[in-house]
Amino acid sequence: MTARMDKRFADLAAVGRPALVTYFMGGDPDYASSLEIMKALPKAGSDVIELGMAFSDPMADGPAIQLAGQRALKAGQTLAKTLQMARDFRREDDATPIVLMGYYNPIYIYGVDRFLDDALDAGVDGLIVVDLPPEMDDELCIPAVAKGVNFIRLATPTTDEKRLPTVLKNTSGFVYYVSMNGITGSALPDPSLIGGAVGRIKAHTALPVCVGFGVKTAEHARAIGAAADGVVVGTAIVNQIASSLTADGKASAATVAGVETLVMSLASGVRASRLAAAE
Amino acid sequence: MNQSPNLNSYREGPDEDGRFGIFGGRFVAETLMPLILELQDEWDKAKTDPAFQAELKHLGTHYIGRPSPLYFAERLTEHLGGAKIYFKREELNHTGSHKINNCIGQILLAKRMGKTRIIAETGAGQHGVASATVAARFGFPCVVYMGATDVERQAPNVFRMKLLGAEVRPVTAGSGTLKDAMNEALRDWVTNVEDTYYLIGTAAGPHPYPELVRDFQAVIGTEAREQILEAEGRLPDMVIAAVGGGSNAIGIFHPFLDDKSVQIVGVEAGGKGLDGDLHCASLTAGSPGVLHGNRTYLLQDADGQIKEGHSISAGLDYPGIGPEHAWLHEIGRAEYVPIMDDEALEAFQLLTRLEGIIPALEPSHAIAEVIKRAPKMGKDQIILMNLSGRGDKDIFTVGKILGMEL
Repeated sequence: MTARMDKRFADLAAVGRPALVTYFMGGDPDYASSLEIMKALPKAGSDVIELGMAFSDPMADGPAIQLAGQRALKAGQTLAKTLQMARDFRREDDATPIVLMGYYNPIYIYGVDRFLDDALDAGVDGLIVVDLPPEMDDELCIPAVAKGVNFIRLATPTTDEKRLPTVLKNTSGFVYYVSMNGITGSALPDPSLIGGAVGRIKAHTALPVCVGFGVKTAEHARAIGAAADGVVVGTAIVNQIASSLTADGKASAATVAGVETLVMSLASGVRASRLAAAE
Repeated sequence: MNQSPNLNSYREGPDEDGRFGIFGGRFVAETLMPLILELQDEWDKAKTDPAFQAELKHLGTHYIGRPSPLYFAERLTEHLGGAKIYFKREELNHTGSHKINNCIGQILLAKRMGKTRIIAETGAGQHGVASATVAARFGFPCVVYMGATDVERQAPNVFRMKLLGAEVRPVTAGSGTLKDAMNEALRDWVTNVEDTYYLIGTAAGPHPYPELVRDFQAVIGTEAREQILEAEGRLPDMVIAAVGGGSNAIGIFHPFLDDKSVQIVGVEAGGKGLDGDLHCASLTAGSPGVLHGNRTYLLQDADGQIKEGHSISAGLDYPGIGPEHAWLHEIGRAEYVPIMDDEALEAFQLLTRLEGIIPALEPSHAIAEVIKRAPKMGKDQIILMNLSGRGDKDIFTVGKILGMEL
């Protein structure tokens, strides 16, 4: 496996705080602005970056991420360009883990082996592919793990005790606990239930467990972070980008700055979470 | 990779992972996996449960009106001057198409599983109407997702669904057609997994849908095979059906797959021609990819982004196709050909005038292929075609194209 991911979680565990995992859509609203956003994320306090791979039919995403994908595709984003974005980012930052997140078809069309080679070469540390459950591990998960790319799996409230070992079997890097059944961008579930769910997963794995779906504010991040090894924020960032665009959908001066401000606030939330838990 | 343990049979797929060769599978989000596995369990039990089969048969006879007739199209045969043409009259079913066969089967499954809410996607509205119908009959609330473009061009079916008590939710994402409606139905399902049953209308999607939809639709071919043997004392030389997602086609094809003498022809929507993007011929002009839970042939660009597709017929307006068709195409057991919008429109009018049957625009594509093939065949040869739906819903679309004010 690439070392960056494990090192990052180990370092955070040592200082005793959860990771802030931030998602954005590669190429939204255009390549150059999107790369600036990516570079700004770690500077604003993000510990792990999820780089969204645009897809025309994002079946598990809500309207915000659907629209972000459409903006990116309209601006000419392709999987090759998303890999290039990771490569461009790596020139400046060799420590922040990058996870590519999206759907299988563009990878399948790119070619699995070629994709994995290019992703490794670009400095990618992990993959989250929404429509590849464990039953489909031969497609991408097993080849990825064989080449040293982490394959991060989603666990959900429908993943019961019986199924958890199947889900965790070939997972590496971290486990992404989707804290509710639903699409991205839904409302935040009751944080008090999340601790139990994280504990349930941790009984089966030594991997860090990050929790996402519904986190929008520093206060959410603090509350979720108290119970998890990481807090994933996606839709809030994508919405922030959308709200900064000009009437004709172009980036404005507020596009990168708005993301910075939001991520700094979220970062303060995760940094306060263990203090709160200790109270 | 051949899924068939018996190499002499084309009828034994899919394998336990839901594969037909390399096609099919279960490409869904983790949230849905436990449900898909639960559905498969329930389906495996129902398949061999005599009580389930008896209820299905009873409703088939008394609610749908099965068996549907096999009809010798005498005047069309005479007009074309070649092979004898028989229609399997699925348009005479309750709700006007083959879609009801699958809906009755799946609503019985939903009931067995203790689900309390039905969702469905629809293109032409035929599956939406059939879903709303069975939901009314069994007392389930029902939400139908329908592309906004289709809501507009299939207004009569939208009204039918509403009358039946279903809520029709127009989908504006993408081009507002069937694929977008399917995305939205999947989103609803991911959100409401506990109580909701997703009633997929075509023989596509994650395993076990392609198998169970096929099995519910195979009643078409099973009946037709018996009926033609009774009428002619022999099997047809050719079976033809239109293919969008492919449920009516797989329904009539499947019981004939092992009859080597029977040529099988699926007709795709050629739209305005295969040169540009204005068609839905996934097999003729697409390539293998992964969408909506299965690997199959798709219309897509070099980056793996799915294209929109076009057809005069809302029911064929889907950029993919059921995985079993992809497999039959790849191994060459079935042949798939495109028919253009204008050819379908001509066939629609010809059948209406010659036989007094107004066909839906979907099977009008199959009729257009019959019109091409029958004259080249001998008078002692037989074509069996699936007349999968009636055209009442299409008269506004056709009227508009023909310049008639309705």
